Amino acid sequence: MIDIEKEAARIAEQGECAPRLARDPVNQPMINNWLEALGDEHPGYDGVAPPAMVQVWTMAGLHGQRTLDDPLGQMMTILDEAGYTSVVATNSDQTYHRYLEVGEHLSVTTSLEDVTGPKRTGLGEGWFVTTRSTWWVGDEAVAEMRFRVLKFKPAQKPEPRPEAPKAQAIRPSVNRDTEYFWEGTRQHELRIQRCGGCGLLRHPPGPMCPECGATKPKYLVSDGNGVIYSYVVHHHPQVPGRQTPFVIALVELDEGVRMLGEFDGEPKIGQRVEVVFTKVDDELTMPSWRPRADR
Amino acid sequence: MNAAIVGIGATDFSKDSGRSELQLAAEAVRAALEDAGLTPSDVDGLVSFTMDTNAEIAVARELGIPELTFFSRVHYGGGAACATVQQAAMAVETGAAEVVVCYRAFNERSGHRFGQVQTAAAANIDNSWSYPMGLGTPAAMVAMFAQRYMHEYGATSEDFGRIAVIDRKHAATNPHAWFHDRPITLDDHQSSRWIAEPLRLLDCCQESDGGVALVVTSAQRAKDLPNEPAHVKAATQGSSADQFTMTSYYRDDLTRLPEMGVVARGLWERSGITRSDVDVAVLYDHFTPFVLVQLEELGFCGRGEAKDFIRTGALELDGDLPLNPHGGQLGEAYLHGMNGIAEGVRQIRGTAVNQVANVGHVLVTAGTGVPTSGLVLGQA
Repeated sequence: MIDIEKEAARIAEQGECAPRLARDPVNQPMINNWLEALGDEHPGYDGVAPPAMVQVWTMAGLHGQRTLDDPLGQMMTILDEAGYTSVVATNSDQTYHRYLEVGEHLSVTTSLEDVTGPKRTGLGEGWFVTTRSTWWVGDEAVAEMRFRVLKFKPAQKPEPRPEAPKAQAIRPSVNRDTEYFWEGTRQHELRIQRCGGCGLLRHPPGPMCPECGATKPKYLVSDGNGVIYSYVVHHHPQVPGRQTPFVIALVELDEGVRMLGEFDGEPKIGQRVEVVFTKVDDELTMPSWRPRADR
Repeated sequence: MNAAIVGIGATDFSKDSGRSELQLAAEAVRAALEDAGLTPSDVDGLVSFTMDTNAEIAVARELGIPELTFFSRVHYGGGAACATVQQAAMAVETGAAEVVVCYRAFNERSGHRFGQVQTAAAANIDNSWSYPMGLGTPAAMVAMFAQRYMHEYGATSEDFGRIAVIDRKHAATNPHAWFHDRPITLDDHQSSRWIAEPLRLLDCCQESDGGVALVVTSAQRAKDLPNEPAHVKAATQGSSADQFTMTSYYRDDLTRLPEMGVVARGLWERSGITRSDVDVAVLYDHFTPFVLVQLEELGFCGRGEAKDFIRTGALELDGDLPLNPHGGQLGEAYLHGMNGIAEGVRQIRGTAVNQVANVGHVLVTAGTGVPTSGLVLGQA
């Protein structure tokens, strides 16, 4: 186990690292590029550098390496080894003592101010590392910066859910006895079979009334309201066209028959629900349930 | 009935048999015939049930069974287990055949897994009211009943868990069981993940590779064979009003299994025994909640009282109604009830690994939530 706080104290105790000289003196071409990149059209930066550019002058360049005594580099290495492998800069506060002029050659020193953690963050568990840098022209301090980064262990991302487009969902078989129902859902009607002889309501439907024997089924259009009679929260295994977990509710419609459908909400037996229609494609529209406020 | 189970055979129970389903069937049938002291040429009838890829004629070819005068396949998957024995016994009684072998064999874990969503099953018009709505696994279909049962009777997930604990306890001392030596506690059950709330992983039986076969012949012929016969005292099927396969959700009461009530009535009437004569109960346990409902349908306790009945310890090996001494399907293997019938035969013979003392009668049930069947086995 790496004692992060102890290592931080050791690095902080080293104080400032040796001054690191900027690659180039303050120069007009770099000022112009910077102004262009940031869209700053202020006309005053002729022979004078924008103060916010201060960090630019001492950047190490594309292939630059940190010096061995750089406290931020040392602390990053320790946190990497402790498993806090990711980094995000959180804030930097800069103080400028005066404008810098073309031709001045800067150097920078850095010390470790403090390391706090471990903290739980939205990104994952991590440590806040704060450094303090000072820019010098000769032995004159011209600017300072307090710089803070979060060095963190990326949170375990949930298993990527397989894409489950509705089109992959299992489709119903439709025959002469059931086509009225699916024709209904296409028209956003929840149809319940009603016997043309005795008026018996029946779901799932069938061709012959078990009460009177008639073979002339008709239907009524349900108000689409009912209560949850029972439900399941499905977790495993994966179901084509759906993302787990999801709820399937057995709903007792106000007309008296029961019907299954997916339910969008926190289910409870006795809860009032209403029907929702979701178009899968031109052929298929699925009925499902959502909560309905009691009236 | 004038019929008896005179031979039992099984393959190993595994998660990856490494051989074809037909080979498993052939091995199980051959083992059962050897146990019965018979040869393939004695066989003239074969019975299996749906959701098995092994055709009767294919099994006959592998075994070298020369002629068949009776072959049938019973519907509704696991609900047919005891009905295979009923078919065989009826064939023997009517003279349609003399020696009938009932079999079941599959690679249900390494091959086609029954616990997954059976997309093809949605082609069935009945299933078009459930599968497209996302209700496509046996566990979820049973969970819908279980949720309502809990709501009406105050049963809890722990009450379901006690069945799993008993089965796994019995399996722990059965060397043939997949979960041999691996008992669980109620805490294990309670901390197992949700499959389909209110069902947890340990409420759901395993998926298995394997085969089981049973040899049925007449009581007279049984006298000439080496094993003590397990007489078929009664065998019956049951289906009830507004019956669906796994989704009979449209009846008034969702807390019952009326098709098992039909079976129970038939078994008591035809066997002439009463509930108190049952020495061992092999109850189909693909999902724990339906064991509770079966206890109620079979009349061992009142409606909603199974949770209290279980707590009395009645289902332990030394209780009033020892449950699944082989470990059930939760513990031994999921051979769609056929391994439970074989256990019933061993209990009658007195050769079970977890033998209950002085077994006169064994009750065996088949798959629940579907049209089902049941058996009473007894000594002569």
